Amino acid sequence: MSVDQKMDSSRRTLLLATSAAGGVAAVATAVPFVASLTPSERAKAAGAPVEVDVSKLAPGEMMTVEWRGKPVWVLRRTPEMLASLDATDARVSDPNSDKPMQPDYAKNKHRSIKPEYLVAVGICTHLGCSPSEKFKMGAESGMGADWQGGFLCPCHGSLFDLAGRVYSSMPAPDNLEVPPHQYLADSTILVGEDGKA
Amino acid sequence: MTTKSQALLNWIDERFPLTSSIKGHLTEYYAPKNFNFWYFFGSLALLVLVIQILTGIFLVMHYKPDASLNASGVPVAFASVEYIMREVPGGWLIRYLHSTGASAFFVVVYLHMFRGLLYGSYRKPRELIWIFGTLIFLVLMAEAFMGYLLPWGQMSFWGAQVIVNLFSAIPLIGPDLALVIRGDFVVSDATLNRFFSFHVIAVPLVLIGLVVAHIIALHEVGSNNPDGVEIKKKKDANGIPLDGIPFHPYYTVKDIVGVVAFLFFFSAVVFFAPEGGGYFLEYNNFIPADPLKTPPHIAPVWYFTPFYSILRAVTFPLFGLDAKFWGVVAMGASVVIIAFLPWLDRSPVKSMRYKGPIFKAAVAIFVVCFIILGYLGVLPPTPGRTLVSQICSVLYFAFFLLMPWYSKLDKCKPEPERVTFK
Repeated sequence: MSVDQKMDSSRRTLLLATSAAGGVAAVATAVPFVASLTPSERAKAAGAPVEVDVSKLAPGEMMTVEWRGKPVWVLRRTPEMLASLDATDARVSDPNSDKPMQPDYAKNKHRSIKPEYLVAVGICTHLGCSPSEKFKMGAESGMGADWQGGFLCPCHGSLFDLAGRVYSSMPAPDNLEVPPHQYLADSTILVGEDGKA
Repeated sequence: MTTKSQALLNWIDERFPLTSSIKGHLTEYYAPKNFNFWYFFGSLALLVLVIQILTGIFLVMHYKPDASLNASGVPVAFASVEYIMREVPGGWLIRYLHSTGASAFFVVVYLHMFRGLLYGSYRKPRELIWIFGTLIFLVLMAEAFMGYLLPWGQMSFWGAQVIVNLFSAIPLIGPDLALVIRGDFVVSDATLNRFFSFHVIAVPLVLIGLVVAHIIALHEVGSNNPDGVEIKKKKDANGIPLDGIPFHPYYTVKDIVGVVAFLFFFSAVVFFAPEGGGYFLEYNNFIPADPLKTPPHIAPVWYFTPFYSILRAVTFPLFGLDAKFWGVVAMGASVVIIAFLPWLDRSPVKSMRYKGPIFKAAVAIFVVCFIILGYLGVLPPTPGRTLVSQICSVLYFAFFLLMPWYSKLDKCKPEPERVTFK
């Protein structure tokens, strides 16, 4: 085709339409590839609730169970531990648990159904490390004299109190997640499902 | 050359640009004659890439990307690495070459980038070389990160956990993006398998493509040199730069000296200190991955620590968004900003040899900050260290963001007409 010839606009239209149709086909082909990257049906089905027997848990002790591949802590708090929550009230960023990091039935001062037992996902809300126990109070903990007991995330230094509430000005933005859970019996907790369901 | 082999060469040349490619990229590619020590690291990076690909091919023959537990309760992936180390003949050497190669890659790449900074190799007309180079660095970080998950040790697992969660800090799409990267709600077998796929196929292909683009762009404009003057401005009657010498044999032979010296140090590490004092292979990674327990202290491998420190330095929310998000933004920006260097440097000269005291001081401060950030990145955070890393992070960004002003203000020395060479 020489330059001075007029452009055949019907061919140009056909070319554009063909390209557009081809583009749609290409995008449609990409869909199953992207979809294959999302969690498989097996991964989605793996979230069955876990039964935890807390009868052997002594006051001040914590146990860890696996739920959906994540560590879930069950901490049996002593009265002193519960009292420490008053001391940390002023130092945590969300003292009243206003952010939806817990089911409604755990939206209280101790962030649990029974004050004694804290059930929380042991995954830092910053970048997903599992915080370490720092239960001892005061200078003995190595965390400073005014430390009230709680958790320290080893990765980026976020601090949590004994209700999993995050201290202010920490890399972690939110309190530790309290998973849906319920009491099947006095000392049996079902993690992963709340009573309503 | 005998007539027969000449005839064969002619036959090929009529069908494939063999002779002209050899001439264009080697025997008649003219490089400045004043290259110094710093110019070894480009070819060394290529050497390490070859080492990684070769050793990688052999490792894949024995490695199994499988997070399920074997009969003895050890993850199959972790056990297969132990198997390579203990039972595959020569396996220990191939793996140590690969693991040491990863650190060596970053050593030579950092020195290669520093060379560019010293002599203004990013300045016009080499902006695209620099951008391709920055992309190579970025892709290399992805490659190293995904490879680090494969041994399925504690550091593999928790390192991946932290880095994948970085993406979930992005508003709106973040959590879904992290889900697509992991392929599960936690780092799991699905994650291990896709990282394996990316590490051995997808990312290396992109890496090689970028390296080719880097070299094509370089050979289009020609190399910079320690004086930062263009050798193509002064040519002889045949159009050959007066200060240029053919890449082959001059620089191929010179680079072989560099290769020998490099392999000397490389082998010393491989044979005598393959763990690199816990910096090349972290001790916690000799423990199989445990999704329920983070090691008491986790730190990334040394080559990520400067950027990791910048991530940790952001501890305050801004504009209603979490500190976590801004930390990720700062870390991303600290890498991406390197690509903008060609437009930030407004100095009339390219090379550090002729730049003034302000620029020299700025580079010195930048290097010190980079090293401090790297050092702090391997240590657990304390309030004091966080403050130091915040100061160093600010200086890191100031080096780039204030460059348009201080590079202009600086009192530079005049550049020579031709390269200096003793």
